[in-house]
Amino acid sequence: MIIKKTIEQIDKMKTAGQVLAGIFQALGPQIAPGISTREINDLAERLIREHGGVPSFLGYRGFPASICASPNNAIVHGIPNDGPLVEGDILSVDCGLILDGWHADSAYTYPVGKIDEEAARLLEVTVRSLRAGIEQCRPGNRVGDIGAAIQKVVEDAGFSVVREYAGHQIGRQMHEGDVQIPNYGTAGRGPVLEPGIVFALEPMVNAGDWRTKLLDDNWTVVTEDGSLSAHFEHTVAITPAGPMVLTQPLPERAPAT
Amino acid sequence: MPGRFPRLDEDGGLATVGRMERMAEKADKKEKGSGKEAPIEVEGTIVEALPNAMFRVEIPGGHKVLAHIGGKMRMKYIKVLPGDRVLVELSPYDLTRGRITWRHR
Repeated sequence: MIIKKTIEQIDKMKTAGQVLAGIFQALGPQIAPGISTREINDLAERLIREHGGVPSFLGYRGFPASICASPNNAIVHGIPNDGPLVEGDILSVDCGLILDGWHADSAYTYPVGKIDEEAARLLEVTVRSLRAGIEQCRPGNRVGDIGAAIQKVVEDAGFSVVREYAGHQIGRQMHEGDVQIPNYGTAGRGPVLEPGIVFALEPMVNAGDWRTKLLDDNWTVVTEDGSLSAHFEHTVAITPAGPMVLTQPLPERAPAT
Repeated sequence: MPGRFPRLDEDGGLATVGRMERMAEKADKKEKGSGKEAPIEVEGTIVEALPNAMFRVEIPGGHKVLAHIGGKMRMKYIKVLPGDRVLVELSPYDLTRGRITWRHR
Protein backbone atom coordinates (compact mmCIF):
# COMPACT_ATOMS: atom_id res chain seq x y z
CA MET A 1 0.00 0.00 0.00
CA ILE A 2 1.36 3.40 -0.91
CA ILE A 3 0.70 6.01 1.73
CA LYS A 4 -0.10 9.52 0.58
CA LYS A 5 0.36 12.63 2.61
CA THR A 6 -1.57 15.87 2.61
CA ILE A 7 0.02 19.19 1.78
CA GLU A 8 0.11 20.16 5.44
CA GLN A 9 1.85 16.93 6.30
CA ILE A 10 4.40 17.34 3.52
CA ASP A 11 5.03 20.82 4.81
CA LYS A 12 5.87 19.44 8.23
CA MET A 13 8.15 16.88 6.63
CA LYS A 14 9.82 19.70 4.75
CA THR A 15 10.53 21.48 8.00
CA ALA A 16 12.14 18.34 9.35
CA GLY A 17 14.03 17.88 6.10
CA GLN A 18 15.39 21.40 6.17
CA VAL A 19 16.68 20.92 9.71
CA LEU A 20 18.43 17.76 8.57
CA ALA A 21 19.87 19.55 5.55
CA GLY A 22 21.25 22.23 7.84
CA ILE A 23 22.86 19.58 10.03
CA PHE A 24 24.63 18.06 7.04
CA GLN A 25 25.87 21.52 6.10
CA ALA A 26 27.42 21.76 9.54
CA LEU A 27 28.88 18.26 9.40
CA GLY A 28 30.55 18.61 6.01
CA PRO A 29 33.44 20.90 6.97
CA GLN A 30 34.20 18.73 10.01
CA ILE A 31 34.96 15.69 7.91
CA ALA A 32 38.71 15.87 7.54
CA PRO A 33 41.69 13.61 8.24
CA GLY A 34 42.13 12.90 11.92
CA ILE A 35 38.55 13.12 13.09
CA SER A 36 36.81 9.96 14.24
CA THR A 37 33.36 8.87 13.14
CA ARG A 38 32.27 8.87 16.75
CA GLU A 39 32.97 12.61 16.98
CA ILE A 40 30.87 13.16 13.86
CA ASN A 41 28.11 11.06 15.37
CA ASP A 42 28.15 13.00 18.61
CA LEU A 43 28.08 16.31 16.78
CA ALA A 44 25.13 15.24 14.65
CA GLU A 45 23.23 13.93 17.65
CA ARG A 46 23.82 17.15 19.55
CA LEU A 47 22.65 19.27 16.64
CA ILE A 48 19.53 17.17 16.19
CA ARG A 49 18.53 17.57 19.81
CA GLU A 50 19.34 21.28 19.81
CA HIS A 51 16.75 21.70 17.09
CA GLY A 52 14.18 19.86 19.13
CA GLY A 53 14.40 16.70 17.08
CA VAL A 54 15.07 13.07 17.95
CA PRO A 55 17.71 10.99 16.13
CA SER A 56 15.74 8.32 14.33
CA PHE A 57 18.60 5.85 13.97
CA LEU A 58 19.43 5.55 17.66
CA GLY A 59 17.83 2.37 18.92
CA TYR A 60 16.20 1.62 15.56
CA ARG A 61 16.14 -2.20 15.48
CA GLY A 62 19.00 -1.97 17.96
CA PHE A 63 21.28 0.38 16.03
CA PRO A 64 23.70 1.92 18.54
CA ALA A 65 24.24 5.38 17.07
CA SER A 66 22.58 8.42 15.51
CA ILE A 67 24.37 8.25 12.19
CA CYS A 68 25.64 5.51 9.93
CA ALA A 69 29.31 6.15 9.13
CA SER A 70 30.46 3.94 6.26
CA PRO A 71 34.00 4.52 5.04
CA ASN A 72 35.45 3.33 1.73
CA ASN A 73 34.29 -0.21 0.99
CA ALA A 74 31.52 0.01 3.57
CA ILE A 75 28.25 0.73 1.82
CA VAL A 76 25.78 1.51 4.58
CA HIS A 77 25.02 0.96 8.27
CA GLY A 78 28.58 1.49 9.47
CA ILE A 79 28.74 1.94 13.23
CA PRO A 80 30.71 5.02 14.38
CA ASN A 81 33.95 4.23 16.20
CA ASP A 82 37.02 6.02 17.51
CA GLY A 83 39.30 5.29 14.55
CA PRO A 84 40.57 8.47 12.88
CA LEU A 85 39.79 9.14 9.25
CA VAL A 86 42.69 9.08 6.85
CA GLU A 87 43.40 11.34 3.88
CA GLY A 88 42.08 9.66 0.76
CA ASP A 89 39.17 7.96 2.49
CA ILE A 90 35.63 8.48 1.41
CA LEU A 91 33.00 8.46 4.13
CA SER A 92 29.27 7.95 3.66
CA VAL A 93 27.24 9.56 6.40
CA ASP A 94 23.56 8.63 6.68
CA CYS A 95 21.41 10.41 9.22
CA GLY A 96 17.76 10.67 10.09
CA LEU A 97 15.68 12.63 12.54
CA ILE A 98 12.13 12.93 13.77
CA LEU A 99 10.73 16.43 14.21
CA ASP A 100 7.17 17.03 15.34
CA GLY A 101 6.39 13.38 14.67
CA TRP A 102 7.69 13.40 11.09
CA HIS A 103 10.80 11.69 9.74
CA ALA A 104 13.52 12.97 7.46
CA ASP A 105 16.32 10.79 6.08
CA SER A 106 19.31 11.90 4.08
CA ALA A 107 22.88 10.85 3.32
CA TYR A 108 26.03 12.23 1.74
CA THR A 109 29.36 10.64 0.87
CA TYR A 110 32.23 12.96 1.73
CA PRO A 111 35.86 12.99 0.56
CA VAL A 112 38.36 13.03 3.42
CA GLY A 113 41.10 15.43 2.36
CA LYS A 114 42.21 14.77 -1.20
CA ILE A 115 40.88 11.63 -2.86
CA ASP A 116 41.92 9.98 -6.10
CA GLU A 117 40.23 10.45 -9.45
CA GLU A 118 38.30 7.21 -9.47
CA ALA A 119 36.84 7.91 -6.05
CA ALA A 120 35.87 11.41 -7.10
CA ARG A 121 34.24 10.00 -10.21
CA LEU A 122 32.32 7.52 -8.08
CA LEU A 123 30.94 10.30 -5.93
CA GLU A 124 29.99 12.43 -8.91
CA VAL A 125 28.23 9.57 -10.69
CA THR A 126 26.30 8.60 -7.57
CA VAL A 127 25.09 12.16 -7.07
CA ARG A 128 24.05 12.34 -10.70
CA SER A 129 22.17 9.07 -10.42
CA LEU A 130 20.25 10.38 -7.41
CA ARG A 131 19.30 13.49 -9.38
CA ALA A 132 18.16 11.31 -12.27
CA GLY A 133 16.03 9.29 -9.90
CA ILE A 134 14.55 12.42 -8.35
CA GLU A 135 13.66 13.69 -11.82
CA GLN A 136 11.48 10.63 -12.33
CA CYS A 137 9.40 11.37 -9.24
CA ARG A 138 6.46 12.86 -11.05
CA PRO A 139 2.78 11.95 -10.98
CA GLY A 140 2.05 9.47 -13.74
CA ASN A 141 5.47 7.87 -13.72
CA ARG A 142 6.07 4.48 -12.17
CA VAL A 143 8.36 3.22 -9.45
CA GLY A 144 10.32 1.26 -12.05
CA ASP A 145 11.17 4.49 -13.90
CA ILE A 146 13.13 5.70 -10.89
CA GLY A 147 15.25 2.60 -10.57
CA ALA A 148 15.78 2.39 -14.32
CA ALA A 149 17.05 5.98 -14.46
CA ILE A 150 19.44 5.47 -11.56
CA GLN A 151 20.70 2.20 -13.00
CA LYS A 152 21.37 3.78 -16.40
CA VAL A 153 23.50 6.58 -15.01
CA VAL A 154 25.49 4.22 -12.83
CA GLU A 155 26.07 1.44 -15.34
CA ASP A 156 26.91 3.82 -18.18
CA ALA A 157 29.77 5.02 -16.00
CA GLY A 158 31.01 1.48 -15.47
CA PHE A 159 29.93 1.17 -11.83
CA SER A 160 27.34 -1.16 -10.32
CA VAL A 161 24.07 -0.65 -8.45
CA VAL A 162 23.62 -2.30 -5.07
CA ARG A 163 20.59 -4.55 -5.35
CA GLU A 164 20.16 -5.86 -1.83
CA TYR A 165 19.11 -2.55 -0.30
CA ALA A 166 16.57 -0.07 -1.52
CA GLY A 167 14.88 3.23 -0.94
CA HIS A 168 11.69 3.36 1.06
CA GLN A 169 8.57 5.30 1.83
CA ILE A 170 8.93 7.63 4.78
CA GLY A 171 6.58 9.63 6.94
CA ARG A 172 5.51 8.94 10.48
CA GLN A 173 7.90 6.01 10.47
CA MET A 174 11.33 5.74 8.93
CA HIS A 175 10.27 2.81 6.76
CA GLU A 176 6.59 2.87 5.82
CA GLY A 177 4.19 1.00 3.65
CA ASP A 178 5.11 -2.02 1.61
CA VAL A 179 6.47 -0.45 -1.57
CA GLN A 180 10.24 -0.18 -1.80
CA ILE A 181 12.20 1.71 -4.39
CA PRO A 182 15.10 -0.37 -5.65
CA ASN A 183 17.87 1.51 -7.41
CA TYR A 184 17.56 -0.66 -10.47
CA GLY A 185 14.53 -1.61 -12.49
CA THR A 186 12.55 -1.60 -15.70
CA ALA A 187 10.92 1.60 -16.86
CA GLY A 188 7.15 1.44 -17.09
CA ARG A 189 6.83 -1.17 -14.37
CA GLY A 190 5.66 -0.88 -10.82
CA PRO A 191 3.01 1.17 -9.03
CA VAL A 192 2.00 4.51 -10.46
CA LEU A 193 3.30 7.59 -8.66
CA GLU A 194 0.78 10.10 -7.36
CA PRO A 195 1.02 13.45 -5.57
CA GLY A 196 1.35 12.98 -1.82
CA ILE A 197 3.76 10.09 -1.99
CA VAL A 198 7.02 10.65 -0.10
CA PHE A 199 10.06 8.47 -0.74
CA ALA A 200 13.58 8.31 0.58
CA LEU A 201 15.66 7.70 -2.55
CA GLU A 202 19.10 6.37 -1.82
CA PRO A 203 21.28 5.01 -4.61
CA MET A 204 24.20 2.93 -3.35
CA VAL A 205 26.89 2.56 -5.96
CA ASN A 206 29.90 0.24 -5.95
CA ALA A 207 33.02 0.83 -7.98
CA GLY A 208 33.33 -2.92 -8.55
CA ASP A 209 30.72 -5.66 -8.33
CA TRP A 210 27.26 -5.08 -6.85
CA ARG A 211 27.31 -7.92 -4.37
CA THR A 212 27.34 -7.10 -0.66
CA LYS A 213 28.41 -8.82 2.51
CA LEU A 214 27.30 -8.33 6.08
CA LEU A 215 30.07 -8.01 8.67
CA ASP A 216 30.16 -9.84 11.98
CA ASP A 217 28.83 -6.83 13.86
CA ASN A 218 25.58 -7.69 12.10
CA TRP A 219 25.15 -4.17 10.83
CA THR A 220 27.94 -2.95 8.56
CA VAL A 221 27.32 -3.80 4.91
CA VAL A 222 30.46 -3.94 2.76
CA THR A 223 31.21 -4.65 -0.88
CA GLU A 224 32.00 -8.29 -1.44
CA ASP A 225 34.95 -7.47 -3.67
CA GLY A 226 36.28 -4.75 -1.40
CA SER A 227 35.71 -1.94 -3.88
CA LEU A 228 34.68 1.57 -2.86
CA SER A 229 31.05 2.44 -2.43
CA ALA A 230 29.17 5.75 -2.38
CA HIS A 231 25.71 6.55 -1.03
CA PHE A 232 23.60 9.68 -1.34
CA GLU A 233 20.05 10.07 -0.13
CA HIS A 234 17.26 12.60 -0.15
CA THR A 235 13.69 12.55 1.09
CA VAL A 236 11.53 13.45 -1.89
CA ALA A 237 7.83 14.28 -2.05
CA ILE A 238 5.82 13.94 -5.23
CA THR A 239 3.71 16.98 -5.98
CA PRO A 240 1.53 17.80 -8.99
CA ALA A 241 4.34 20.09 -10.12
CA GLY A 242 6.95 17.35 -9.84
CA PRO A 243 9.48 16.27 -7.24
CA MET A 244 10.03 18.33 -4.08
CA VAL A 245 13.29 17.49 -2.36
CA LEU A 246 12.50 17.94 1.31
CA THR A 247 16.11 17.52 2.41
CA GLN A 248 17.59 19.83 -0.21
CA PRO A 249 19.61 22.61 1.33
CA LEU A 250 18.60 26.08 0.21
CA PRO A 251 20.91 27.53 -2.46
CA GLU A 252 22.60 30.08 -0.27
CA ARG A 253 24.14 27.27 1.72
CA ALA A 254 26.95 25.57 -0.23
CA PRO A 255 25.25 22.54 -1.73
CA ALA A 256 26.83 19.10 -1.52
CA THR A 257 24.50 17.87 -4.30
CA MET B 1 18.76 4.13 6.30
CA PRO B 2 18.03 1.86 3.34
CA GLY B 3 15.67 -1.07 3.72
CA ARG B 4 16.70 -4.64 2.94
CA PHE B 5 15.45 -5.58 -0.51
CA PRO B 6 13.72 -7.95 -0.93
CA ARG B 7 12.34 -7.79 2.59
CA LEU B 8 13.44 -10.38 5.13
CA ASP B 9 11.21 -11.60 7.93
CA GLU B 10 12.22 -11.90 11.58
CA ASP B 11 14.35 -15.05 11.23
CA GLY B 12 16.25 -13.62 8.31
CA GLY B 13 14.57 -15.67 5.58
CA LEU B 14 13.12 -14.04 2.49
CA ALA B 15 9.65 -12.76 3.19
CA THR B 16 7.91 -14.93 0.63
CA VAL B 17 4.42 -16.32 0.46
CA GLY B 18 4.23 -20.04 1.19
CA ARG B 19 1.81 -22.63 -0.16
CA MET B 20 -0.62 -22.31 2.71
CA GLU B 21 -0.80 -18.54 2.32
CA ARG B 22 -1.26 -18.85 -1.45
CA MET B 23 -4.16 -21.26 -0.96
CA ALA B 24 -5.72 -18.88 1.55
CA GLU B 25 -5.33 -16.00 -0.90
CA LYS B 26 -6.97 -18.09 -3.61
CA ALA B 27 -9.95 -18.76 -1.38
CA ASP B 28 -10.28 -15.04 -0.70
CA LYS B 29 -9.97 -14.25 -4.39
CA LYS B 30 -12.72 -16.69 -5.22
CA GLU B 31 -15.01 -14.38 -3.34
CA LYS B 32 -13.60 -11.18 -4.84
CA GLY B 33 -11.86 -11.71 -8.17
CA SER B 34 -13.94 -13.53 -10.74
CA GLY B 35 -17.17 -11.72 -10.03
CA LYS B 36 -18.82 -15.09 -9.51
CA GLU B 37 -19.87 -16.07 -6.03
CA ALA B 38 -18.21 -18.89 -4.15
CA PRO B 39 -20.19 -22.13 -3.74
CA ILE B 40 -21.65 -22.98 -0.35
CA GLU B 41 -20.26 -26.15 1.17
CA VAL B 42 -22.63 -28.41 3.10
CA GLU B 43 -22.55 -31.91 4.52
CA GLY B 44 -25.19 -34.28 3.26
CA THR B 45 -26.23 -37.91 3.01
CA ILE B 46 -26.84 -39.71 -0.28
CA VAL B 47 -30.47 -40.70 -0.52
CA GLU B 48 -30.69 -42.27 -3.95
CA ALA B 49 -28.60 -42.87 -7.02
CA LEU B 50 -29.91 -41.55 -10.32
CA PRO B 51 -28.65 -42.15 -13.84
CA ASN B 52 -25.60 -40.28 -15.22
CA ALA B 53 -23.73 -40.12 -11.88
CA MET B 54 -26.39 -37.85 -10.38
CA PHE B 55 -27.57 -38.30 -6.82
CA ARG B 56 -30.30 -37.06 -4.58
CA VAL B 57 -28.64 -35.78 -1.40
CA GLU B 58 -30.32 -34.86 1.86
CA ILE B 59 -28.75 -31.82 3.50
CA PRO B 60 -29.17 -30.40 7.00
CA GLY B 61 -32.51 -28.66 6.99
CA GLY B 62 -34.21 -31.67 5.43
CA HIS B 63 -33.93 -30.45 1.84
CA LYS B 64 -33.08 -32.92 -0.90
CA VAL B 65 -30.85 -31.53 -3.64
CA LEU B 66 -29.77 -32.84 -7.00
CA ALA B 67 -26.00 -33.27 -7.06
CA HIS B 68 -23.52 -34.71 -9.50
CA ILE B 69 -20.20 -36.36 -8.86
CA GLY B 70 -17.30 -33.92 -8.99
CA GLY B 71 -14.68 -34.37 -11.70
CA LYS B 72 -11.87 -34.97 -9.24
CA MET B 73 -13.75 -37.86 -7.76
CA ARG B 74 -14.43 -39.27 -11.19
CA MET B 75 -10.77 -39.06 -12.08
CA LYS B 76 -9.86 -41.07 -9.02
CA TYR B 77 -12.69 -43.59 -9.48
CA ILE B 78 -14.24 -42.81 -6.10
CA LYS B 79 -17.70 -44.41 -5.85
CA VAL B 80 -20.57 -43.08 -3.82
CA LEU B 81 -23.52 -45.12 -2.53
CA PRO B 82 -26.80 -44.29 -0.80
CA GLY B 83 -26.05 -43.79 2.87
CA ASP B 84 -22.64 -42.20 2.34
CA ARG B 85 -21.92 -38.93 4.08
CA VAL B 86 -20.56 -36.45 1.56
CA LEU B 87 -19.53 -32.84 1.16
CA VAL B 88 -21.60 -30.97 -1.39
CA GLU B 89 -20.85 -27.61 -2.96
CA LEU B 90 -24.18 -25.89 -3.52
CA SER B 91 -24.51 -23.31 -6.25
CA PRO B 92 -25.39 -19.91 -4.81
CA TYR B 93 -27.40 -19.30 -7.96
CA ASP B 94 -29.58 -22.40 -7.49
CA LEU B 95 -29.60 -23.92 -4.04
CA THR B 96 -31.19 -27.13 -5.25
CA ARG B 97 -28.17 -28.13 -7.31
CA GLY B 98 -24.73 -29.11 -6.19
CA ARG B 99 -21.47 -30.88 -6.80
CA ILE B 100 -20.26 -33.75 -4.64
CA THR B 101 -16.66 -33.04 -3.75
CA TRP B 102 -15.77 -35.37 -0.89
CA ARG B 103 -16.87 -38.73 0.41
CA HIS B 104 -16.26 -39.07 4.13
CA ARG B 105 -14.96 -42.27 5.61
